[in-house]
Amino acid sequence: MNATVVMILALAVGTYAFRLAGPVLHGRVEVPARVQELLSAGAVVLLVALLATGAFTEGAGFAGWARPAGVLVAVVLAWRRAPFVVVVLGAAGVTAALRALGVQ
Amino acid sequence: MVLSLIRDASLVWVASGIVGVSFGAISVAGGLPVWAPVVMSLVVYAGSAQFSAVGLLLAGSTPFAAAATGLLLNTRLAAYGLAVADVIGRGRTARLLGAHLVTDETVAFALAQPDPERRRAAFWVSGIGLFAVWNVSVPAGALAGRALGDTAAYGLDAAFPAVLAALVLPALRDDARIRRCALLGAGVALVATPAVPAGVPVLLALTGLALYGARQKVAA
Repeated sequence: MNATVVMILALAVGTYAFRLAGPVLHGRVEVPARVQELLSAGAVVLLVALLATGAFTEGAGFAGWARPAGVLVAVVLAWRRAPFVVVVLGAAGVTAALRALGVQ
Repeated sequence: MVLSLIRDASLVWVASGIVGVSFGAISVAGGLPVWAPVVMSLVVYAGSAQFSAVGLLLAGSTPFAAAATGLLLNTRLAAYGLAVADVIGRGRTARLLGAHLVTDETVAFALAQPDPERRRAAFWVSGIGLFAVWNVSVPAGALAGRALGDTAAYGLDAAFPAVLAALVLPALRDDARIRRCALLGAGVALVATPAVPAGVPVLLALTGLALYGARQKVAA
């Protein structure tokens, strides 16, 4: 087995273990309502943090203005209850248009 | 119900398909054999971790560091798994299979639904579709290689954050407590990004839960 195979297997096994923890514990361990509430809030907090870092950063640096501008449009559209398709295509469209105009 | 879920999920699938194609293409263009991104997508099945692990590997980092970074990124999946455990269902097979389908997109898609039945349907519909799309698009990209051109020109990198925005904003709009926590968490993650390894910023966002408050009495 070469190093790439070992890396893929280690990542696969560890990732699956993370994923399985919740479903396996569910029903066996009594989760207080308060903790369940915090877990749901935690999932939303993680998703919003991914949204923010995905919008503004690339690697450890700034992603440029075109992408956050597109995502900002998505946030405004989503806040105003625009349909899902409009939100996603709006973001990609604005970002693509800005890049076509030379804004990175 | 299933049809409307498919309609909404299909856009997530298209976006993921494009990301999958670029993952396959980048991996092979960087020098990995075609089977590597393909197998990885089946057994790891986590986009951001796959990108960072392959990126590190191609940059000359050790396989150990590549796996460790990917695992760090995926620790959030444990929190998701706990949050959607009752959505996935109780059966042994459902748990074993459903666990593998836990991703940012499926969790966001499920939690965005108004009632438990719809939540479960949303999880499975979006999850199975996403797994299929990911594992078709990655081999396609790996085989197509560099023929693809620059996907940044189409603004597709804005699609993933936009998908998350469409899915989580209803929860933020309706719940002031979660909104406070999420805004603080996102701020912490952004400030931390230049300073800490990949994967850590998003985990640090959980400190935003400190604003959640002790009891429901502060609910707005």
